[in-house]
This record gives sequence, structure tokens and C-alpha cells, in this order.
Amino acid sequence: MFTLMQTRRLPHISLRIGRVHEVCGPSSRGFAAILSAPGAVFWIRETWLADTLHPLGLTSFRDPTLILTAVTQDQTDSLAVAEEALSDGASNAGALPYVVIEITRPLNLREGRRLQLAAKAGGTTGLCVIPEGMGSNAAETRWRASPVFDAQREDSTLMRWENIKNKSGTIGAWDVRWDSETRRLHVVSAAAL
Amino acid sequence: MFDGTQKRVACMWFPRLPCERVLRARPIEAPFALTLNQKNTDRIYCLTPQAEELGLQRGMSFADARAFCPTLVSQPAQPDLDTRFLSSLRRWATRYCPWVGREGTDGLVLDVTGSAHLFGGEEAMLTDMRGRIDRAGLTLRLGLADTRGAAWALAHFGEGRIAPGQARDRLAQLPVAALRLEPQMVVRLQRLGLRSIGDLLTTARAPLARRFGTELMLRLDQLLGDCPEVIGPEAEPPHFGVRLTFPDPIGLFADVMAATERLLMPLCDKLKTHEAGARRLMLSLRRVDQGSQQVELRLAAAIRDPARILPLFARGVGGVDAGFGIDQIRLEATVVEPLPVQQIGSMARQASPDRLNDLITRIGTRIGLENVQRFLPADSHIPERSFTIAPAAYSAPDSGWVCLRPRPLRLFPPEPIAASGMQPPARFKWRRMALTTARATGPERIAPEWWLEDDAWRSGLRDYWKVDTREGRRLWLFYTPQNPGWFVQGEFA
Repeated sequence: MFTLMQTRRLPHISLRIGRVHEVCGPSSRGFAAILSAPGAVFWIRETWLADTLHPLGLTSFRDPTLILTAVTQDQTDSLAVAEEALSDGASNAGALPYVVIEITRPLNLREGRRLQLAAKAGGTTGLCVIPEGMGSNAAETRWRASPVFDAQREDSTLMRWENIKNKSGTIGAWDVRWDSETRRLHVVSAAAL
Repeated sequence: MFDGTQKRVACMWFPRLPCERVLRARPIEAPFALTLNQKNTDRIYCLTPQAEELGLQRGMSFADARAFCPTLVSQPAQPDLDTRFLSSLRRWATRYCPWVGREGTDGLVLDVTGSAHLFGGEEAMLTDMRGRIDRAGLTLRLGLADTRGAAWALAHFGEGRIAPGQARDRLAQLPVAALRLEPQMVVRLQRLGLRSIGDLLTTARAPLARRFGTELMLRLDQLLGDCPEVIGPEAEPPHFGVRLTFPDPIGLFADVMAATERLLMPLCDKLKTHEAGARRLMLSLRRVDQGSQQVELRLAAAIRDPARILPLFARGVGGVDAGFGIDQIRLEATVVEPLPVQQIGSMARQASPDRLNDLITRIGTRIGLENVQRFLPADSHIPERSFTIAPAAYSAPDSGWVCLRPRPLRLFPPEPIAASGMQPPARFKWRRMALTTARATGPERIAPEWWLEDDAWRSGLRDYWKVDTREGRRLWLFYTPQNPGWFVQGEFA
């Protein structure tokens, strides 16, 4: 299960199944929306967070019908729900292969490790949306996603995705653009670090 | 036709049921009446004998009644509570015979064939009924006869009992209203001089049927038993509860779970017989010190599979304080939904919605079932109202998403920025970041929905702009022309 790579994605830009990954930066929610498409996703956030996902904005990336959100009181609840959802293994039946967790305080090694174990048990992929610099040591990969100004196109979604930590591979950076008509990710160029 | 047993029917009529139901809970000395709003007027619905003595009557307008009797105490009637009270009386009346039905809104009809001897004969049974109802504080009129019609007629006009086979002589003296006819028909019969049932019986049937229709004949036949009439007993609503008492108290987690499993089997069997599924389960654990602990399980979908329900109880049972031990446990399905039997498919991977529902239930026991949500499309141009958030357990997915204009991925409450003018500012500061506008797309004007109160939209129209900054951030800004000001409300991916 661990050697399974998502073949329909670009080989460098993919999240390994059965592990928990991290993403930070202004475009982190776009990153999460693109990489979790087109299947179902369980999105866990705390109730006090002011900014919400806008499902109509999501329609250009993925189907908002397949998103289930869990609204929790604090991060302890968030992590418990995430562990439950990751270890459920419902992915085998195609129900919830992706779990996105919005993190508000840094995870310690124990919490990060427990999430990894849960993802391994369930064969699911976890993605923590973290604030800048709040990464956990247990994460498999850590990404930074930031928008880039595109002078050519008005409706551009040009972003720079940087892999800033990778436990089992090399790091790198790519300029990518989401094509909402073909629903594909185009790598514009491999950007210099 | 088999005629071995003479049918005997008793009719109980509670002439003042609504009033007495209220007075049972709160006795009042003064004249008392219940009012009901009928055809835009408050009318007297039911009243006590004390109020009747003062000249009040049923159906008179409440304003008149108050003018007649200033000391009248009144209260609005609640016919639905009366119906519920009558159905509990019906359940009580099954002590006399198993076959009890409701008669209108204020009566019961009992098929007492072959059960009167259990109470020492019919007279003794009627006395018993009268005594018990009297103790309950209700007025009762009783009739006992061979047919339902005759029992009704006796209860309402001339209380008592008719011995088998003597119906004709006794009923002949009763007025025609005892036939359960429409009031208009009673008036028409009286105009012709047909005042009592005896008058009708001596008149030729054919002209009567031609003049008054078949209903009169039907009622007459039902009264005398020439035409059968059914008594519809109501089925008891099924009770989904089971319990288990132990000779010795238990306290281990595994023991309680095993006992729960043993209770789940008969409960789920019963749910299956009624083609129902539990939506909410309550496990009550009674301890030896008479304390009681309760574990509530709210399920994301109706299920009746013991193997699936049992692990969902694990979290709740784990948090129970067993004290000196638990000696009785009760399991009750407090909310039940219809769940028809379904064809099982041959595909092995079919179980996905069930697994998802179980997951939602498990998560719901921790954070609350309504906190697992999904987005549903809504018909509005206002960004905040273009979608609704509904609990996933109580809603079905709806994929009717239409996005005509570009919309941001993240939406937050509007954050003011320092700028002026109709056009987006060339430079602005947002969240302590200095940003430079590279390209602005817009405006898209959205007008507030005047038919809904919304404080956020009191500033009037909004002109929305998508602003691509040179720093990379793509923001959703709006300008309010009626109250000049610039705000940031969202961010694109």
C-alpha cells in the first residue's frame, strides 16, 4: 500500500497514500482542494475560524457535494475526529479517501505520529493545513503553496508549489496552473528554488 | 349464519370530557368553560354543569357568555390533548374486554361479548365502570345493548342496559336523534311527525327510503342488528424497549457490552418485524445504589443491525461510572424511523454508504451529530447565502451547483481597507501586508435582498472586484457606493 502512487497525478506532485502530509502558505486550501479531487473528502475545522470554504468557489476545482465538514470545538477534538476518520479505512469502499485538517497550533511528535499510524491503518491520506512554521516532524511531506501573479491570463490560477520537506524523496518547486475546463493540473515550469 | 353467541356491546360516553380533563389537573370552584375559535369567533366548546345552570350553553359565543356570567373562568380548548386523553382511556378500557374502539371524539365502544361474566354479570360490570370513572373525576353515560347503534342510543338518550332480545320495545321510545343522524335530517323527520324510533318502525320502509335516502335505513338496520357494524380496535403502537436484570451487579466494561449485545438482539428483531430502524437509542444503566446512568446514541441513519450498533456504544459505555455495580440495564429506541427491508445486492463493495454513516455516527458521538455538515446549494446572488450548511445526518446530498461568475475559494467577514473612489486602489494595505494592484476585473454589482433582514448588507449595493496583486494574492474586494468604503471579503486560490 505504501508504494502505491497516485498514477493519474504528476509523479512529483502527489501525496503518498497512507501518510499524513502538510501544506502551508496562502494557497494551501487551493492545494488541498486540487489534490483531493475528484473523490470525497472529510474537511475538519474548528468552529471559531472566521474564514470558511466557499462551495461556489470550489466548483471550478472539484464537486462540493463530496465534501463533508466536521466543525469541532478545539484542536483536541479535531485530532480525535481526524484519527477516527483516517483509521476508518472507508477508503477501501471509496467513501472518504482524503481527510483535511485545519491546524491552529503546532502538533507535537506524539500527535503527529498517531495521525500517521491512523492513516497507515486506514489506507487513507491526511493533509494538515498549517499556519506558516507550525510543521510537525512526523509529516511525510510539507508543501508551501503561494499564488503567483500571471500577466498573461485574467482568470489564471498560477501558483508556486514548493516541496519544502520530503521524508522519502527530493524536494523541489513547481509553477502550476489549474485548468478548470479540463480539470487538470498543468505544470508550467519547474521553478528554481 | 352462525348465531351461537349473542353479541353484546357497551358504549361509554363522556359528555364533558374536555372540561373534566382540564379540571382534573386543576380543580376550579367557579363556573368553568373551554372556548374554541370557530369561524373567527370564540365559542364555548365545553362547560361544567355549574355554568349550565347560569344559562350558558355549548356553541354560544364567548363574548355573550361573559356578559351573562362575569365570574366565568375560561381557558382555550386543546382538542389534540383531548384526543390523547381519550386514547389513554381507551387503553384503560381494555381491562373489560380486548376489543375497544373510539366512538367519535368523546366516547368509547366496547365489544363485551363473553367477558361480562368475569366481572360478575353485566350489571356488576357497569357498576364497576361507573365507580372507577367516577373516581377519576369524569362524567360517564353508559349504554349496553346487542348492537353498537343501540348501545350508542342508550348512552346518549336514556342510560341503561337492554337485556338480550328486548331491544325493540325499549328503543321504540327513544327520539329519532338516537339514530346517529345529521341534525338536518332529524328536523325533517320531526316536521313529518316522526318523533320517536317507534314511529319510524311502524312506517313503511319504501317511502322513507325514497324520501330520506339510504342512510336512515342503514342506521335503523344497524340499531336493530339487521345490518352488522364493525368496532375498530386500535393497534397499540409498538414499544421498542427491552431490559435485563442481573442477580449480581456487574461493573466491567466487557460485561456491560455483552449485556448490551444481549439486549440488542431482541430489540433489533422487533425493529425488523415492524420494518423500522432506530435513529436514537438510550441505554439506561441502573446501579445498586439506585443511581442511574444514561448513554444516548444518536445514529446518522436508521439501522437495525446489532453488529453495527454495538461498537458505536463503546465510547458511551466507556465513560459510565459503574459505582458499586450495575444491576439492571434498559435499552430503548427513543426515535424510530421506517426502514423497509431491502434487496441485498451481490456486489461486495456496496456497503459504502453504511460505512460512511457509521463513521458519521462515531464522530457525532464525540462532537455532536449536527456538527458533521455538508454544503447544499441555495438560490441567491448574495455570496454568504448562495449555499447553506446542513447536518449530513439529516440531509441528502444535492449536486445542483451553478457558478456563473468567478467566486473565491475562501470567504471571510468583510475586512475594511483604507481606500477611496469607485476604482480599486492602486496600492492598499490588508492584514498588515502592502499590496499593489496589478489587474482588477469587475465590477460585478450585487444588490441586497430587501426581503430579508441582514445587518451585513445595510450599507447597500456592492460592486465586487477581483484584484490580482503583483505580490501574487488574488483578492475579492467590494466597494459600497451608497456608503463609500472598500472591503476585502474573499481570496481566490
